[in-house]
Amino acid sequence: MALFQISEPGQTPAPQERRYAVGIDLGTTNSLVACVRSGVAETLPDEHGRHLLPSVVRYRADGGPVVGHAAIAVAHEDPLNTIASVKRLMGRGVEDVRRLGQSLPYEFSSGDSAMPRIRTVAGDRSPVAVSAEILKALKTRAAQSLGVEIGDAVITVPAYFDDAQRQATKDAARLAGLNVLRLLSEPTAAAVAYGLDKNPQGVYAIYDLGGGTFDISLLRLNRGVFEVMATAGDSALGGDDMDHAIAEWIMREAGVQDDADHRQMRRLLRDARLAKEALTGAERASLHVDLGDVKSWQGELTRDELNALIDPLIDRTLPPCKRVLRDAGIRAGEVDGVVLVGGATRIPRVREKVSQFFGREPLADIDPDKVVAIGAALQADILIGNKRDEEMLLLDVIPLSLGLEIMGGMVEKIIPRNTTIPVAKAQDFTTFKDGQTALLVHVLQGERELVTDCRSLARFELRGIPPMAAGAARIRVGFQIDADGLLSVSARELTTGVESSVTVKPSYGLTDNEIEQMLRDSIAHAREDEESRKLREQQVDADRLIEAVESALAADGALLNVKERAEIDRGIEGLKAARGGDDAARIKQAIKTLDGATQTFAARRMDANIRRALTGHKLEEFSATGSKPAS
Amino acid sequence: MDPAPGKNHFELFGFPVKFDIDTDELAARYRELQRRVHPDKFASGSDQERRLSLQMTALVNEGFQTLKDPVRRGRYLLNLRGVDLDGETDTAMDPAFLMEQMELREELEGVRESDNPPKRLADLANRIERRMQDKIDEFRRAFADDVPEGTGKARNAVREMQFLEKMRREIDNLEEELI
Repeated sequence: MALFQISEPGQTPAPQERRYAVGIDLGTTNSLVACVRSGVAETLPDEHGRHLLPSVVRYRADGGPVVGHAAIAVAHEDPLNTIASVKRLMGRGVEDVRRLGQSLPYEFSSGDSAMPRIRTVAGDRSPVAVSAEILKALKTRAAQSLGVEIGDAVITVPAYFDDAQRQATKDAARLAGLNVLRLLSEPTAAAVAYGLDKNPQGVYAIYDLGGGTFDISLLRLNRGVFEVMATAGDSALGGDDMDHAIAEWIMREAGVQDDADHRQMRRLLRDARLAKEALTGAERASLHVDLGDVKSWQGELTRDELNALIDPLIDRTLPPCKRVLRDAGIRAGEVDGVVLVGGATRIPRVREKVSQFFGREPLADIDPDKVVAIGAALQADILIGNKRDEEMLLLDVIPLSLGLEIMGGMVEKIIPRNTTIPVAKAQDFTTFKDGQTALLVHVLQGERELVTDCRSLARFELRGIPPMAAGAARIRVGFQIDADGLLSVSARELTTGVESSVTVKPSYGLTDNEIEQMLRDSIAHAREDEESRKLREQQVDADRLIEAVESALAADGALLNVKERAEIDRGIEGLKAARGGDDAARIKQAIKTLDGATQTFAARRMDANIRRALTGHKLEEFSATGSKPAS
Repeated sequence: MDPAPGKNHFELFGFPVKFDIDTDELAARYRELQRRVHPDKFASGSDQERRLSLQMTALVNEGFQTLKDPVRRGRYLLNLRGVDLDGETDTAMDPAFLMEQMELREELEGVRESDNPPKRLADLANRIERRMQDKIDEFRRAFADDVPEGTGKARNAVREMQFLEKMRREIDNLEEELI
């Protein structure tokens, strides 16, 4: 039962206001932005009616960066300053990039930071900064389409992305001025797009072969609950590799030397892609390749030849398919449906191999390029609170095990892969020397036993341990993975209760200081005032908190006594008053006060939710009325 | 702040503290709890609510994982009875059980060189599962006797289950290599 809300004159009660939040598919080759309008999720086109934004950024010596089609148009003339497929570099270290080096036509600056920077005429740029440009372009597009500024987004990532890659994505959003409501895995987003329309039950395989990443996930769908059973994949395999295979074939056929320059490689890749796309419908594609210096080559690629070139790549998707089936403990025949995602699944040979493997025709009625963005938009609409009665719930898992370095360069697993998130685990450590006051902790992600075979996420030192005899101290280190799949760490010495200071140094990420610096730089570029940015940020936070508390009061105000209610009301009034002014520090203080006043209320609401969950359940198992929030 | 002060996993899910549990009902209650406390329900909530929801959901997940799996459930029940298997110094085990484990282990090591590794591995996995079921029954009987002797037997059963579980993992790893 809802309480009546009385609004002051001139103030609209927030919950009735229509809010927009977008879903963004930040892809290797193309990116999309989608939004729910009038109850329908659709991708938003640019002013020329194009939905796909090529994930390409060109930096110029003077003027801001150019993103998308305009950047692609001149890519072959300015290859070193035109960054494509940057997603492959997200959260990657210099060493990883060196390994990918063969297929990447950029020059990297060899700084001492673990994060690679791409050398451009506009200066060295991190992959996070490049991705932020793509997100900004999508944000601008959404604002133009919807007529309002967009601040909140659900951004999709491959289910297989590790912590560093997810963190890099979230950092890019922050740089672009977007609040990330949730990082959603791409296959789950695809299932949302299909599931909400058709409301299926059973086990679904989501086969996602995009430009640069492959993901396979098994999801169990049951009365609105989406549960990821298992996920696997390859974060460096996709349609781009097929283009490279075709380009290399052209080079062999045309007798081009192996040391084709960047510009020529670009042209070859473009021709390769066009041939691949043509062969989706046709049996043969003719090629006219400009080799520069007025030379050219003419030839033909048949579908059989194409299949021979790409078969080894498609075959690499099958072992991960086997692995998810095994992890989930089911056979291919028990899968109720296969959903295709990603542009590369348009290729007939891919469909053929997938059908063969799962023994059924895959589903593809939603455009495989758009399906992820559409699912993300549906989820964003729910998270922003437009559908409060929504039954859908996504239960996601971590794709890779999380472990710690122990003696002898070995890894001890703390949280195994495919564990449902959020998850929290604690591990106790002790000192091995008398009077030892610090301890080094190394966190890794991966399935292998040796530290050198896993991915280093962070190293940190626990300091301030009170000096004791060896083995006497008990340091409990807590690991928490949130709903976005991101790790945070805390530590405490148990015998004395001393909180140890933890400094997590991300192995491949940007530090908070670096992000802050980049934000300042980008603002200097846009000639915006630092002060006004801070004020705007606080105002946004204030509005968000006021709305959150007011809607919590509307739903569960009965849990408070008169005195507690009065304190919260005072906090709201205080924040509203501060919000009306232009003092960022005062707003921040008022936010803190209101947040503190709601502490008990929040705990009580959570407790009430647990009671409702069990009570409602016993009375009416899973009926829609039994599990609706009391709003 | 602790979102569910003093509640053990059984209480959190509204079950009596005992070994036998209706796993379908457990899964249903798990989903229902998730619907109520999951961070998605508080994405536009206050910082307080988001933090609590994160802690609570992690707790619900941990509880579900513990109660769902008989070995972990057994360990947890012993924990509630004050038996901490990690802190024990007396780790003596039944010699007959250890002998059997050595045999199973030798067999596992021989799988790779055998004529038909997948079949041998599957047979071995089946044997482990049967032994596991025996130990689960043993635990159930022993734990129902809330006397020191029963608790001791239950503790032994859990230790043996952990051995079998380790074998299970190694079989899994080998299976993965054979794919």
